Amino acid sequence: MLAFLLKRLLNAAFVMLAVALLAFMIFRFFGDPVEMMVNEQATQSDRAELRERLGLNDGLLTQYVRFVGNAVQGDFGISYRNQQDVMVLMAERFPATFELVIVATVLSLLIGIPCGVLTAVYQDRKLADGLQLASIVGVSLPSFVVGILLILVFSVTLGWLPAFGRGDTVDIGWWSSGFFTPSGRAALILPSISLSLFQITLVMRLVRAEMLEVLRSDFIKFARARGLPLSVVHWRHALRNCLMPVITLTGMQIGNLIAFALVTETVFQWPGMGLLFIQAVTFVDIPVMAAYLMLVSFIFVLINTLVDITYAYVDPRLRSDASVKGGVANGH
Amino acid sequence: MATELVAINRWRDSELWWSFTQRPSAMFAVILLALVVISSVLAPWITPQNPYDLASLNLMNSELPPIWLEGGESPYALGTDVQGRDLYSAILYGSRTSLTIGALSVLLALSVGLTLGLIAGYYGGWVDNVLMRLGDVLLSMPFILIAILISAMAAQALPTSVRESLTSMILVVAIAVPSWVQYARTVRASAMVEKSKEYVQAARLIRVRPWRILLKHILPNTLTPIMVAATLNFGLAILSEATLSFLGVGMPSDQPSLGTLIRIGNQYLFSGLWWVVLFPSIQLCLIVLSVNMIGDWLRDALNPKLR
Repeated sequence: MLAFLLKRLLNAAFVMLAVALLAFMIFRFFGDPVEMMVNEQATQSDRAELRERLGLNDGLLTQYVRFVGNAVQGDFGISYRNQQDVMVLMAERFPATFELVIVATVLSLLIGIPCGVLTAVYQDRKLADGLQLASIVGVSLPSFVVGILLILVFSVTLGWLPAFGRGDTVDIGWWSSGFFTPSGRAALILPSISLSLFQITLVMRLVRAEMLEVLRSDFIKFARARGLPLSVVHWRHALRNCLMPVITLTGMQIGNLIAFALVTETVFQWPGMGLLFIQAVTFVDIPVMAAYLMLVSFIFVLINTLVDITYAYVDPRLRSDASVKGGVANGH
Repeated sequence: MATELVAINRWRDSELWWSFTQRPSAMFAVILLALVVISSVLAPWITPQNPYDLASLNLMNSELPPIWLEGGESPYALGTDVQGRDLYSAILYGSRTSLTIGALSVLLALSVGLTLGLIAGYYGGWVDNVLMRLGDVLLSMPFILIAILISAMAAQALPTSVRESLTSMILVVAIAVPSWVQYARTVRASAMVEKSKEYVQAARLIRVRPWRILLKHILPNTLTPIMVAATLNFGLAILSEATLSFLGVGMPSDQPSLGTLIRIGNQYLFSGLWWVVLFPSIQLCLIVLSVNMIGDWLRDALNPKLR
């Protein structure tokens, strides 16, 4: 177990180093950092001094090592655009993205699980066919189109819900939350639905597949033979055996949801990290881009590693050649 | 002539065709996709306007609603946008761009993924190690993030004059880079299994060249899952291109793809010009939906477990 743990952690560290190399190369080779930071009046000697101060005259390896060292301490430099500390900017925006992702995840479980059970149980009825069709439509609808259509219907036409922003927020320490004000909750509705739609279909398809498998097993037949009502058999006995993979999928998808939230955040002008990143891309604000890339990849790798380790802990068979596994559904 | 007849008959008797006739959604999807492809290929001949030719746009005709509403005018069946661009023409030309970029990026990812996967699986050793670690790194970053970064960085690095003509190629690469890994892993796995089998060893004994063994003997064993993955990835590629263009790191507004059209329309959401955003969205959804339905059908029809 210890050997496996070490191997898995080393692997994660290697991946993060590679991502850091990518972020470093973007920082170093796309646009001259000095030119991006100085204003037009700066003299040649000002520039040379800044270059020296940033350590851009050192060897590339030294610079990379320093970049990684700073990144580990959460120091990603100063934003080119508004001269603020990048990590402070990220920390300000993180609660907005996190709350959106959490609500979307909860929605996907609340809607996806019952729909998945229904399609599995009523296999050849109209309702199941309808839900099955709905699930493929759900995969095919781009999330930004869903967002725009929701705005068109509920904000523009009906005027029920706000189309952009986060509403009023309450500060709890450094965390700003939209959960505690009516306008904050109203603002969450449309973005979280549009972000969760793809996830709902994913959960639904997984629950359906797992249910179909479980329903064939002997203990279900036995439960039926005991004369238990069908609803108890389906919802209590069968469903409980499908939940483990659903939890895994949900955990692994959180990284994807955070990344994909950038599309939703653009549509709804939601002030999260994703919107910050997209604006950074438009203004070529490279420190912000590099920090976002590393942060999202870190969450991704962290969750994947935790899941792998948990699985190996639960199931010893996976310990021997677990490196073969890896790469789970990397949705869109 | 006779061989063609035989081929047609074989196709008619095949399980694939039979499963196709049993599946209304697949038939619907194939017809829909065929209509979209044909209409976008024929776009220059069946549209009233070339939306890429700025000279043909007339501001006098801007913001016209669809023809069935009051104020709609004759050649502009689906209305016009704020620049006087005919939406119907823009949608057909845009579909053409979207379909081309989607298809090219799948082809690029396929050729890179199959080549690298075969080499990694057949030769093993450090080549295999390097390629698969590279794949791990790519898979540990979200798909959309890689595509955005490549597209944005390429736009930043290239001089403006070159950039405009290359935008669609940049997008093809940006979408192909994160997607070749899936193909590579699939072929690698089957190459590793097949290479130790007797027929491959026999081929090696009679000095068949390695690339010939790879292409003629090993590759065919893995084509079924690859075909399903490629179809589903075609839908994903079209979606990704649309997303990038919507975010402003894809096709520019003077050569709009469907995603660009939606981005432009999104700016006028609150001005009552709902048709500018709605019709390109519908077209995009129909394309992706039909591709996904075909992919789903192929997956079920080619899955030996479900027979």
